[in-house]
Amino acid sequence: MRRPKPPLFLARAPYRRRRLRDAARLLPVLGAFLLLLPLLWTPDSRVALGSGDVIYFFLVWLLLIGLAAAFAPGLSGGDGTDDEED
Amino acid sequence: MAQHVLLIEDEPNIAEAIRFLLTRAGLRVSHAPEGLAALALLRQDPPDLVILDHMLPGMSGLEILTALRADPASQNLPVMMLTARGRDREMAEQAGADRFMTKPFSNAEILAEVRAMLGQPRRAG
Amino acid sequence: MPFNLLVLACLLYVAFLFAVAFVVEGRAARGRLGWLRSPLVYTLSLSIYCTAWTFYGAVGYAARSGLEYLTIYFGPTLVFVGWWWLLRKLVRIGRQHHVTSIADLISSRYGKSNTLGVIVTVLAVVAATPYIALQLQSVVLSFGVFASAAPDGSRPLEAGQIAVWVAVGLALFTILFGTRNLDAREQHHGIVTAIAVEAVVKLVALFAVGSFVVWGIAGGVADVIARIDAADLSAWQVQPGRWTGLIFLSAAAVITLPRMFQVMVVENQDEGHLARASWAFPLYLMAMSLFIVPIAVVGLDRLPEGSNPDMFVLTLPLAEGQAALAMLAFLGGFSSATSMVIVESIALATMISNHVMIPLWLKLRPGAAAEDDLRSVVLMARRLAIAIVLALGYGYYQLSSGSAALASIGLIAFLGVAQVLPAMLGGIFWRGATRTGAMLGLLTGLAVWAYTSFLPSFGPGAALAERVFTDGLFGMDWLRPHALFGTEAMDPITHALFWSMALNLLAFCLGSLFTFPGPVERLQGAAFVNVFEGSVGPQRWARGQVEPEALLGMAQRILGEEPALSLFQSAARAQGKEGFLPDPTPTFLDQLEARLSGSVGAATAHAMISQLVGRATVTVEDLMAVASESAQILEYSAQLEAREAELTRTAGALREANEKLTQLSLQKDAFLSQISHELRTPMTSIRAFSEILTEGDLPPEMVARYGGIIHDEAKRLTRLLDDLLDLSVLENGAVQLNLGLASLQGMLDTALTAARQTRPDRDFQVVRDLPAEAIYLRTDADRLTQVFINLISNARKYCDATRPELRIVVRQRSGRVTVDFIDNGKGIPKDSQTLIFEKFARLTDANRAGGAGLGLAICREIMTNLGGLVAYLPGQKGAAFRVTVPLRLERVAA
Repeated sequence: MRRPKPPLFLARAPYRRRRLRDAARLLPVLGAFLLLLPLLWTPDSRVALGSGDVIYFFLVWLLLIGLAAAFAPGLSGGDGTDDEED
Repeated sequence: MAQHVLLIEDEPNIAEAIRFLLTRAGLRVSHAPEGLAALALLRQDPPDLVILDHMLPGMSGLEILTALRADPASQNLPVMMLTARGRDREMAEQAGADRFMTKPFSNAEILAEVRAMLGQPRRAG
Repeated sequence: MPFNLLVLACLLYVAFLFAVAFVVEGRAARGRLGWLRSPLVYTLSLSIYCTAWTFYGAVGYAARSGLEYLTIYFGPTLVFVGWWWLLRKLVRIGRQHHVTSIADLISSRYGKSNTLGVIVTVLAVVAATPYIALQLQSVVLSFGVFASAAPDGSRPLEAGQIAVWVAVGLALFTILFGTRNLDAREQHHGIVTAIAVEAVVKLVALFAVGSFVVWGIAGGVADVIARIDAADLSAWQVQPGRWTGLIFLSAAAVITLPRMFQVMVVENQDEGHLARASWAFPLYLMAMSLFIVPIAVVGLDRLPEGSNPDMFVLTLPLAEGQAALAMLAFLGGFSSATSMVIVESIALATMISNHVMIPLWLKLRPGAAAEDDLRSVVLMARRLAIAIVLALGYGYYQLSSGSAALASIGLIAFLGVAQVLPAMLGGIFWRGATRTGAMLGLLTGLAVWAYTSFLPSFGPGAALAERVFTDGLFGMDWLRPHALFGTEAMDPITHALFWSMALNLLAFCLGSLFTFPGPVERLQGAAFVNVFEGSVGPQRWARGQVEPEALLGMAQRILGEEPALSLFQSAARAQGKEGFLPDPTPTFLDQLEARLSGSVGAATAHAMISQLVGRATVTVEDLMAVASESAQILEYSAQLEAREAELTRTAGALREANEKLTQLSLQKDAFLSQISHELRTPMTSIRAFSEILTEGDLPPEMVARYGGIIHDEAKRLTRLLDDLLDLSVLENGAVQLNLGLASLQGMLDTALTAARQTRPDRDFQVVRDLPAEAIYLRTDADRLTQVFINLISNARKYCDATRPELRIVVRQRSGRVTVDFIDNGKGIPKDSQTLIFEKFARLTDANRAGGAGLGLAICREIMTNLGGLVAYLPGQKGAAFRVTVPLRLERVAA
């Protein structure tokens, strides 16, 4: 159920905004991947974690927050102009 | 015995004026301020003449007149209507009023009319 | 540290929160929230995710299971950084459908089914009870730490007593601020701000303790890293399945926990805040977990063997002699516990009252929707529910005797509320999800969770017999609570998570696929899934056969008088009508239902309107509309909708204008003959008596009497002519206004005194609110007083109660003052309510005490000249008039 005849091609700004939203949507996938990665570092099913892991996790965390902060202004802007993102 | 006039009028001052005039002329006057009381009085103490105001609270003058004419006992009772406006006259005539007085009236006028109506033989049919 | 000092600090802190909440409520009431509705406050309020479990328990968790505590914060982080669109959809739905709780969301989505609401409520209450117990336990433990550290070693209070006092105190605070009024949108600005303050206290306290540990005890960051590596590595092992499962579990919990739903969706002021929270909330979570590992490691190093790691945040500073720091940490923990309990109990109380108590009340008293003052019933139900929730938490605390580690209780609660996830996400993304499916899924999940996680948490032999753990239920080996179907490889929480979610999802999907949804359900499904398409779904109500006055009465009992009146007035205006009573169109019924559901929940609101409208809400045409809905909505353009609304409004206005014109032309004739009648009546008396007097020969007392009558009638004639002149001057706008500052109270005093001349025989009870009347108006005081006199005299004349009473209600808002005159007579019938302001429109002539029926017409003209209006106020017990005047009339009407 879309509005009648959405434009086939978007102008540059809305196009960027759409891709930004795509990127934001992919962020959890990236995050999940990075947070599960340490579990694969040793073949053993039980993994020992040390200070390196602590630092790694917090760096990943910071990275996710930074990316989310970078995307955030684009997310809230343009509300109402293109609501049909689902 | 003095002839009996039933006065139906809601304005107390007008009622008092008419009552004074008619009583002084030797008539017996009873007074009702609105329709239901008037119809009750009519049955209790049948009058020889009814003076009916047009604008009344509750039942209007026309409604009372219609009710009066519908009842065989009072079908032929002479009725004088007091009106404030000319247009009402036609409707009152259709409803079966015999005479009209337009407010404000002179005392002599109303007295003459009442005497005339009472002196008349009852309407036939 | 003296125990009393600790109690004093707690009380002072609570008093401070109280003050914050109070001030904010005051500002909110005056509509001046300002920065209080900023994204910052929203983000900080989300931090009730971090309870005492985070504040104390995370350190214990880290000391016991290494980095696993991080999973509890990774889940929400993933949800917030990327699933902004999911949260936005939830918030949009919550706003559009006036959702009051997660139970309301589910019940509303699946055809406003109250059964589902009850199931979710039960689930939420059962899952939250251990969680609340956990908060009580943490407060008791932290008190205990200080008590045992006291030099004299005396324990002024037993742990149980402390728990009682804490529970009672929290219940009081929550009742005071959570149930002060029934907000149409169920928002609590005061509490949210207090929570935000507590969030800052939590963070500052944890940072202070962390900094002290890293730089005060240990030798800086490098030293801490060295200590981490030196710590016993065997405790730092992680199972991949559990790791992944817990991330999933916490991600699910952050959107399904009742308190999170409350602050995230219900208390949300602005969708835009979510974008800021998408990174700020994860940042807060990261900041909260930053110092957990150092505190755990240093605590394990420095504190004696066997000390409770859950209390390291307190015991470390105490052991180092930092009493002030310990006090700060204590307040941080206290904040975590109290904020969680307050919001959770508000959220649960809303669910319990809306889905259990009120439906029960309505069922027990079928006429209640039309009669009772439901506001007070709802408020009482809320208060009772809060008390029940806290009593349950306290009961669980006593039952489990505060033994279990904080972390495991928290996980069990998470898993419980996560059972709502399939029904919730399925409901907002899948049109095919049905009520039966949701019910089956929820019940399955609830049963599996209870059997594999909740009941075993009481320990073997408590809720489940020991034999069940070893041999399975009824001796069936494959039904062992920790190894369903023989799956023994998983640890209990992963096991419970796996089976409960899998079976829940399976039951939900199968149930949905094999059942057919009812009409309301399909409409709601479409409205929820397509919430961003705008509210273009087919209407949920057929044109009602209901008196708008009855609807107004009901709305007033739920929303309160003023909000209900303004809702009805704006709806009437949108239909192009004047006054307070709109036609019961489907659109209006929808709108009303949405507003009511904000106070009593969707299912109850729907039931109450059905009770009044009294027929099936969806017709065959509506069903057809659902079937061909996708085709329909495709063609539905926003402009069309707008134009249609405009047309409806114009048509309504035209119809009303036409009616008015027809009536006016009739009235013009009537007016002339009325004037003629009104003039002739006194003239008749005057003429008759003056003729009598001229004839002479009357006794002197009669002369005096008849002279008096002539005098009175002449006065009446003059008054009538004055009124007519007044009216014509006012109508032409040629009136000279005498503007000045005048006290409203003074004007009312004058008016009441003057009006006493009307029927002085009647003993009238006048109810006033003098403080509210202390308002100075810039207006024409004489003219306004004239209006007041007229309204009061009318009440004296026409109010037919045996003990007549007149209420004068003054309200001030946004530059206008309203004065209501409400008597306790039988009021004015609906069809006459617009007529009474016309000239000579006297409803009954029974009391023609002098007036000619011009009073209200003059009032109306005066108010127009004063820049205000006077209108009949329907839905009161008796006749009621509302005068609205601007606070300051600046321009003199030319």
